Amino acid sequence: MKYISQICIIFGFTLLGEGLQRLVPVSIPASVYGLVLLFLALMTGVVKLEQVKEAGDFLRSLLPLLFVGPTVGILEHWELIRGELFPILLIVVSTTAVTFGISGVVTQRINEKGGKTE
Amino acid sequence: MKELFSIPVLPVVLTLLAYQAGAAIQKRTKSALCNPILLAVVLVALFLFGSGMELEDYQAGMKNVSWLMTPATVCLAIPMYEQYQELKKSMRAMAIGVAAGSAACIVMVWGLCMLFGLSRTLTVTLLPKSVTSAIGVPLAQMGGGLGSLCTAVIIVTGILGSVFGEAACKMLGLTDPVAQGVAFGTASHVVGTAKAGEISPLVGAVSSLSLVVAGLMTSVILSVLYGFL
Repeated sequence: MKYISQICIIFGFTLLGEGLQRLVPVSIPASVYGLVLLFLALMTGVVKLEQVKEAGDFLRSLLPLLFVGPTVGILEHWELIRGELFPILLIVVSTTAVTFGISGVVTQRINEKGGKTE
Repeated sequence: MKELFSIPVLPVVLTLLAYQAGAAIQKRTKSALCNPILLAVVLVALFLFGSGMELEDYQAGMKNVSWLMTPATVCLAIPMYEQYQELKKSMRAMAIGVAAGSAACIVMVWGLCMLFGLSRTLTVTLLPKSVTSAIGVPLAQMGGGLGSLCTAVIIVTGILGSVFGEAACKMLGLTDPVAQGVAFGTASHVVGTAKAGEISPLVGAVSSLSLVVAGLMTSVILSVLYGFL
């Protein structure tokens, strides 16, 4: 029964997220609502860690695998992107490098300046 | 053969096998470039071409499991909660670092798309490229972008972070584990986070939190930005 109730809680929060996405008129995905609500529920003790832990760890371990199917779907759009392949790749590579650099360097500078208590 | 190809569980088994083969190849070659996700995609594509199985049959089967992406992403709340005491210490630096990275990413993607004269559809598809796909793909779709292209772009982004992240930390002199985690999570979401967790559990936890915060910030910024596109 443990796994059944764990799955039920996790899917319940997913359902709440899906519901909110449909009701709230901004472009925030269901997973964001669900994640924030589950985190708040854990913080406030409404949901205990042991009520979601094992099923949650299992579902999270599936994440990389779930990327495969949708990526294969790119073959469908090959005609559309073929002509723009170079700019798309350039944008993806350059912005990834810049995002990595800026977020890391800014965080390190702020932590160095103090404010972090070891 | 046609009837066999339409068995719904076939694409799922195929994907599981391809992913395991990809993981085995990475273990054997020890090369970060041999990313299991990337290898699995190539293996599945090769199988489709070789066997004559229709892409539609493959996708129809995968639809039965792809919705698990949302609950699996919801579960990222669990490591955030578990590492909360550790994360709390650097909250301000993390928040500012993630915000700076996410904003820079959106501005730069937008600018480059305009520079190259890409269509609105492609621009909207590329904008959420650094956030995890359960967040990024619906963001692209809500703005009128292409879901599957967005997924591919998100995965390439994740693999870039996972492959070059460690070298980038050395080059930039990022020695602080919190800064490393923020860089991995903000720039390369779940896929980069897997790599960050190999460096240390703290870097992994910071990366998890950062990918979530980056996803939240990007959702909010894009839901406003879409109005101007």
